[in-house]
Amino acid sequence: MRPGSPPTSGKQKRMAEDGKDDSVATDDDSDLTAADGSLNNTMVEEGSTLLRRMEICVAEAEKRSGKNAVSMQETFTVYLIETRPMDAVAEGRNPAPDSLWRRYSEFELLRNYLIVTYPYIVVPPLPEKRAEFVWHKLSADNMDPDFVERRRVGLENFLLRVASHPVLSNDKILYHFLTEEHGWKEVVYETGFQAKADSRLRALSATFRVRNPDKRFMEMKHYSDELQSHTSQLLRARARVADRLYGVYKVHGNYGRVFSEWSAIEKEMGDGLQSAGHHMDAYAASIDDILEEEEHYADQLKEYLSYAEALRAVCRKHELAQFELEMASQDLISKKQQREELATGIVRTFSFKGMTNKLFGQEAPEQREAKLKLLEELITEGEETVKEKTVECEEHVERAWVDMQRFKEQKDKDLREALINYAVMQISMCKKGIQVWSNAKECFLKM
Amino acid sequence: MSAGAPRGLASSGQKPITEILHPLSAAEETLSPGPDVTVSGGGEKDSGLTNGTPVETSSPASASLLFNRLQLDDDLDGDARDLYASTETRDLFVTVDDPKKHVSTMETYITYRVSTKTTRIEFDLPEYCMRRRYQDFDWLRIKLEDSQPTHLIPPLPEKFVMKGVVDRFSEEFVETRMKALDKFLKRVADHPVLSFNPHLNAFLSAKDLNKRQGLALLTKVGESVKHVAGGYKLRTRPPEFCAMGEYLDTFAQKLGTIDRIAQRILKEQSEYVTELREYGTVYSSWAGSEEELRRPLEGVAGCVTTCCGALEDLSENMSQDFLPVLREYVLYIESMKNVLRKRDQSQAEYEGRLEAAILRKQEDRTPMPVEVEKCQDKVECFNADLKADWERWQSNKRQDFKQLLTGIADKNINHYEKWFPTCLAWSTPYKLLLKIILKN
Repeated sequence: MRPGSPPTSGKQKRMAEDGKDDSVATDDDSDLTAADGSLNNTMVEEGSTLLRRMEICVAEAEKRSGKNAVSMQETFTVYLIETRPMDAVAEGRNPAPDSLWRRYSEFELLRNYLIVTYPYIVVPPLPEKRAEFVWHKLSADNMDPDFVERRRVGLENFLLRVASHPVLSNDKILYHFLTEEHGWKEVVYETGFQAKADSRLRALSATFRVRNPDKRFMEMKHYSDELQSHTSQLLRARARVADRLYGVYKVHGNYGRVFSEWSAIEKEMGDGLQSAGHHMDAYAASIDDILEEEEHYADQLKEYLSYAEALRAVCRKHELAQFELEMASQDLISKKQQREELATGIVRTFSFKGMTNKLFGQEAPEQREAKLKLLEELITEGEETVKEKTVECEEHVERAWVDMQRFKEQKDKDLREALINYAVMQISMCKKGIQVWSNAKECFLKM
Repeated sequence: MSAGAPRGLASSGQKPITEILHPLSAAEETLSPGPDVTVSGGGEKDSGLTNGTPVETSSPASASLLFNRLQLDDDLDGDARDLYASTETRDLFVTVDDPKKHVSTMETYITYRVSTKTTRIEFDLPEYCMRRRYQDFDWLRIKLEDSQPTHLIPPLPEKFVMKGVVDRFSEEFVETRMKALDKFLKRVADHPVLSFNPHLNAFLSAKDLNKRQGLALLTKVGESVKHVAGGYKLRTRPPEFCAMGEYLDTFAQKLGTIDRIAQRILKEQSEYVTELREYGTVYSSWAGSEEELRRPLEGVAGCVTTCCGALEDLSENMSQDFLPVLREYVLYIESMKNVLRKRDQSQAEYEGRLEAAILRKQEDRTPMPVEVEKCQDKVECFNADLKADWERWQSNKRQDFKQLLTGIADKNINHYEKWFPTCLAWSTPYKLLLKIILKN
C-alpha cells in the first residue's frame, strides 16, 4: 500500500532507484525481500519502526537570516537532518545521506501534530525552547554555541525516539518531515490536525467534572505530577550546587598565583612552591570539564521533566473522553426519561413541562406525536453517540495503557542509567581531585 | 612518625629518659623541694596557681602518652635543627597541654599545664609541672624581649579577643591558643641562648612568678624612651639586612593573601555544603515516589550526604589547623621586623657617637671614649645574633610550611577518599550496566 502521493523529489527517486519500495511509512515490508524473493518477517512483530529501516541523525546546526512572518529581519538556527537507508549501510555500501534543513519551529509543528493525532501516546518531548535552570557560567542565550550544540543533540534524540516508537514511527507526516524539505508544512496543515485539538477549556472542565475516571489513570496522573515536581526541584538544586562548586574550585586557582609569587623570594622552597602552584591552577581548571559533563546529565533530567507533561496529557485525554461519554450517557438518559413522560403522562421528576401541563392543560395529541417522534430520533442518535464515545473511551484506555507501560519501562531504564552515569562522574571527579592534591603534596614534600 | 629508640642523654649523669618518672606520677616519690621552689605534681596534690588559688588538676596522663609526644616533637624538629644542639644533646623538653577553666569571684580564666623535663644543672629538679595562664606567657615574652634585645623572640597568639565576637572559652579557641602557646614555648626552649634565660627558668619552675607587671611596663617604657632620647637616625642599613627587611615585607604580604584565599575557600565551601544538603534531600524525596528507581535514587542521596560530611570536616580542619598557623607566622614576621629595627637603632647610635667622638678627637685629641667602643661591640653582637637567628628562623619556617602545606594536601585527599567509596558502593550492584557505560 503506497502512501498518498508525495511529490517525488530527487531524493525519493534515488531511494526508489536503489530498488527499494518507498512505502516505509506503513507496515508494508515489501522492501525486506531477501535475495531469493521470500519475505523477511523478522521486523514485523516488533512493529516495523522507521529507525530500523533508516539511519537518522541531526548532523549540524547553522545560523540563517531571513524575514519572518511580519517581515522583520531575524536570525535563527537551522538543523541538518541526514537519513540513509539502513540496508544500504548494512550491506556495506556507503551512499551519501539524504539531507534537509529544519528549524526548531518545524520540529514543534511536527510534535503538535503527533500529540493531536495520537492522544493515547506519551509523545517524546523536544529539547527546551529556552535555556532554563542555568547556573551562572552558562549563558541563557539561545544563540550560544554550547546551547545550540546541546539542542542539536536533543533534536536528534527526539527523532530517534519517535522513529523507534512502535506506533509513531509509522506516521506519514513524520516520514515526510524527514524526507521532504519543501511543502511539508502545507501537508501538515492539510491534515487539519489543528481543528482536532481539544480546547483547553473543555479539557480543564472535564478534569473537574468527570465522575468515574479509570483509577489507574488517576494514579498515573498523580505520578506525573510527582515526576514533574521532583525533576524540576532537582534541576534547580543542581544548578545552585554547580554554581557553588564552580566557586570553590576557581578560588583555588588563586593559590596558584600566590605560590608563584611567593616562590620568587624563596631559595630552597622556591621550586616546590612553584610546581605546587601549577597543580592548583590545574585543579581550578578541571571544574570546567566536570560541569560540562554534568550538563548532559541535566539534559536527561530535563527530558523526563518534559515527559511528565506528555504523560499527564494522555491522562487528561482520558478524563476528557470519559467525561464526554458520561455527558452523552447522561443526555441519553434524560431524553429517554422525557420520552417516558410524554408516552405515559406520568411525570417522574419535576419538569417545567410537567408544571405547565398541569396548569394549562396538556397539548394536543398531534403535537405530542410530533414530539415523541423527534425524541425517538434524538434517542437513536444519542445511542449512537454513546456507542461511539464508549468505543473511543475504551480504545483510548486500552492503547494508552499499553503505551504508558512502555513509557514506564523506558523511564526506569533511562533514569537508572543516568543515575549510574552520574555516580561514575562523581567517582571520576574524586579521582581527579585525589590526583591533583597528591601531586601538590609531592611538591610540598620537596620544598 | 615512628618513635625511635630512647636516646641516652649524653651530657647528664642522670637516668635515661624512659626511667625518669613522669612528673604527674611523682605523687608517690618524695622529691625534696628546694628552698625557694615548690614542686607541684601528682594527681592528688593541688598544683598552686601563681596567685595561690588552688585548682583541680587532671588525672595523670599516661607516661607513654607524654613520652610519645616528646618523642614526636623530636622527630619533627630533627631535620631542621642543623644549627642547633643535635637531638642527642637536647636536654630541655617542654609541653603545654591540659587546659582548665577556673572560676573565681573576680574573674574566669583558663590555665594550661606546663610540663618540663630537663637534665640541665640550671634547674634544681629534673622535672616540673606548673599551671600557667596566658598572662604568664605574656610576662615571659616581655621579659625575654627586654633581657635579650638582640634576639628574635617567637610570637605569642593574639592577646586580645573581642568579647562577643569570639568565645574565649570555646573548645576550639582554647585548643588553638594552647597549640600556639606550646609552639612558643618549644621554640624558646630550643633556642641556644633564650633557653638559658633565667626568666624562662622561673616560668617553668617557680611557684610564684613575682610578676610585678607594673614595673615591667615601666622598664619597657624606659627603654623605648632611651632609644628616642638618643635621637640617632640610621643612614644606611647594610645590604644583608635590607634584603632581610624586603623579604619579610613580601613574605608577610603573601601570607596575608593566602589567609584571604583560605577564608574565601571556607566561605565558598560552606555555601556549597548548604546547597548540597538540599540537593540530597530532593533525591531522597523523589525515591519515595518510585519503585524501580528507588535504590539508585537513594544511592545518590547517600553519596551526597557523605560528601557533605567530608566537606564539613575539611573546612573544620582548615580553620583549626591552617589559618592559626598562618596568622602566627605573620606575628612572627612582625617580631623579626622589630628586631631589625632595634638593630638599626643600635647601629645608628654607634655611628652617631662615633661621629661625635671623631669630631672631638680632631679638636682636642681625646682618646676614643669607652661608650663608643661599647656601642661598636653592641652592634657587632647584634648583627651576629641576628644573622644566626635569621638562619634558624628560615630553617624553621621551611619545616613549618612544609608540614603545614603537606597537611592541607592530606586533608583534601582524605576528604575525597571519604566519599567516593559511597558512590562506588551503591552503583556496584549495577556492575554489568556500569561496565557497558564505562566501555563507551
